[in-house]
Amino acid sequence: MKQKVVVAMSGGVDSSVAAALLKEQGFDVVGITLKTRNWDDEAGKKFGGCCGSSDFFDARSVAQALDIPHYNFDYVEEFKVSVIGYFKESYQAAETPNPCIACNQFVKFDRLLQQARALGADFLATGHYARIDTNGPQSPSSAVRQYRLKKALDSSKDQSYVLYHLSQAQLAQLRFPVGEFTKPEIRDIARKYGFVTAEKPDSQEICFVPNNDYRAFLVDQIPAESRLPGPIRHKDGSLLGQHRGFPFYTIGQRSGLGLAVGKPLYVVALDKETNTVIVGGKDDILADAAVIRNVAWVGGEAPALPIRVSVKIRYKHIEAPASLDAARLEPSPGAPHSGSAVSVQFESPQSAITPGQAAVFYDGDVVLGGGVIDHIRRGPPTARPISYGTEAIVKQGKGGMEGGPVAEDHCNNENKGGNVVASLERNLPR
Amino acid sequence: MKKFIYLDHNATTQLRPEVVDAMLPHLKGHYGNASSIYQLGQEERKAIDQAREKVAKLIGVAKPEEVVFTGGGSEAINWAIKGVALGARAKGRHIVTTKIEHSAVLNSCKYLETLGWHVTYVGADWHGRVKPGHIRDALTKETVLVSVMHANNEIGTLEPVAEIGQICRQKGIPLHVDAVQSVGKMPVSVEELGCDLLSMAAHKFYGPKGVGGLYIRPGTRLHAFIHGGHHERNRRAGTENVAGIAGMGIAAELALKDMKSDEKNVRQLRDKLEKALLHEIECVRINGDPEHRMFNTSNLSIEAVEGEGLIVGLDMQGICVSSGSACSSGQTDVSHVLKAIGVPLELAKGSLRLSLGRENTLEEIEKVIDVLPKVVDRLRAISPLWGDYKKGLRKSVIGEKTPSPAISDLRENLKL
Repeated sequence: MKQKVVVAMSGGVDSSVAAALLKEQGFDVVGITLKTRNWDDEAGKKFGGCCGSSDFFDARSVAQALDIPHYNFDYVEEFKVSVIGYFKESYQAAETPNPCIACNQFVKFDRLLQQARALGADFLATGHYARIDTNGPQSPSSAVRQYRLKKALDSSKDQSYVLYHLSQAQLAQLRFPVGEFTKPEIRDIARKYGFVTAEKPDSQEICFVPNNDYRAFLVDQIPAESRLPGPIRHKDGSLLGQHRGFPFYTIGQRSGLGLAVGKPLYVVALDKETNTVIVGGKDDILADAAVIRNVAWVGGEAPALPIRVSVKIRYKHIEAPASLDAARLEPSPGAPHSGSAVSVQFESPQSAITPGQAAVFYDGDVVLGGGVIDHIRRGPPTARPISYGTEAIVKQGKGGMEGGPVAEDHCNNENKGGNVVASLERNLPR
Repeated sequence: MKKFIYLDHNATTQLRPEVVDAMLPHLKGHYGNASSIYQLGQEERKAIDQAREKVAKLIGVAKPEEVVFTGGGSEAINWAIKGVALGARAKGRHIVTTKIEHSAVLNSCKYLETLGWHVTYVGADWHGRVKPGHIRDALTKETVLVSVMHANNEIGTLEPVAEIGQICRQKGIPLHVDAVQSVGKMPVSVEELGCDLLSMAAHKFYGPKGVGGLYIRPGTRLHAFIHGGHHERNRRAGTENVAGIAGMGIAAELALKDMKSDEKNVRQLRDKLEKALLHEIECVRINGDPEHRMFNTSNLSIEAVEGEGLIVGLDMQGICVSSGSACSSGQTDVSHVLKAIGVPLELAKGSLRLSLGRENTLEEIEKVIDVLPKVVDRLRAISPLWGDYKKGLRKSVIGEKTPSPAISDLRENLKL
């Protein structure tokens, strides 16, 4: 009997081709599209991203072309709680969320995976650009070979960053068929099949935020008392003005401060205790250490620490060499941190390490694990090899700092230079 | 196409072979326009007239011309409601209907509300039965139409239409009956129901889709709905769908012929299915009136699972059913019927409608009895609600919230 696979079809080209590839591989393929908002709520608003009404019809058209069954599942409530709720809470906690990771972690690879299995599927597949290697090292506790999560073949489209939380049990039930191809190849396959999604542009926005205006969304969604104005201070302590509430600021942001002080100032930190936005010069957003909470290891258990790895601190960041060591985080009433913590010591300073974003640990192409950036650790500069010096900083600058540092990393995109959303280069995980 | 076990006859039915045979000549060869004078047209006219006789007979109408063919049940309903409302707008602008009607009725009424009509939506009891007294109480001097369904499509409850008909006659108010779910399945007589208008759809009784009919009692004032030529005695314009009409005619004839034996067989299967499922599945209840219920319909509320998952899980096993809660249309709302009769939200979400038909076999029913509880178990295994229930952290909604008869009587008396 054929093995059954449920493909999460978002209505984009990647998951369309994922379904086609699996069908070619001889699976019994079932398409499921998640409805994450009520279509009536779309009236008069423009949504990017996936999972809207027109995306559903696109997914249906692809399923029809492939002659596979296709269902629309109502995930409005789950999405509202796990993704939109998290997004708002993160901003209220003075952090910068990555809702796409939340969607993967709590919706697609939790609820949907469970549901697919309960419906009799052997696997769940998505259109993510990543690879699952079934031939990893032997698990220390058993003779079973581990599943390894690896970067996509097409490194420019790699989405392994948004999948770091996957466990061995999940990987055993997942398929990422497009990870073995480049994006142009995927589009070619879609064209070959004549899919309506073949030329569909990569999604550019946060799927649940109308009109690509997340600040308007936050103002609408977060009660005024949770986004009060407060002081803007230079890191030397001088008062420079008043901010409009934390949701309007993110670390590394340059524009939007409304300040005229001769040279550009950047958001360095958001101090939740005093509701203060702290700004500073370009160098002040550099830091070389951070503490990561809620750490998950793909292999199931932490490797021997300390360990030298590469760490990626946002989707388009080029992972930088660093060492990980054990850390302790005291749970506080406002932020009951769960899971284990590690500290990251970069070999060279990184620009705009942003609490709330994911830090993902790589060994070459292999994802070891990752977690959520809890706070930047500033202190006496630690000794680091001179050889990384300025060259490394310049190199990082090309990846993430050009035109102002980056932190508005909602999905797996990168927002360059404060609010210049038009320059986003991203593709939504599917 | 794979072989399915089809338990969704309230959604639609498959054409009987005799129906296909009756339609084919009009799809192949006999292409005349029934309004044409020449013989090619006369052939088609004859087919329509014969079909009209058969449909009239099915609903106990002596004069076939009182039946007008439409493009389906929804059109018939829209026409009846809007047509009467427009025809009587000088007299009054109030309509009485119920909360558990099909959306064709409810949305026609809502549309009229946007144009200035007033509509009273009368509730139903816990079993989905409307109290005739509540209809009577809702009538005013302004009331120009009462619209009540004969058999509810979701839960199968049969409404006391004859009693409501008597009230309407006494008051001289026209009564429209949406009989889409009952015509062709059970005896329907416009005289016994005392109605002035009655809507029906061919595809619910093994006829083709896209064709239906409206019975119009002589003297009922209603405006035309589709304007155009002189078709259907100036009542419904548009070149007749002869193949569809001919198919509906044969379907009506066959329905009348086989009604008794079909009912007996289907009822037996439905009862067996219900009995077994109540036994096999924990925390499940039947929605609908225990006494006054369509013999083919079984609406179940299965606690701690969602209808959507049940449908897909069953579909993967080749079993076709439907639910009061599904987001095929993009808007997930639990069934307005279950809501109106007071089924708690948790149970409405887990509702499943199994509607049987004449081709179902004992073997099929036994397969469903085997498969459905397993699908429920698998979905419950991932349900946090069910987990809590099994751990004793949560009580069963069915145990807790299902009102006892005494409470439901109280609800009725209070007109909740």
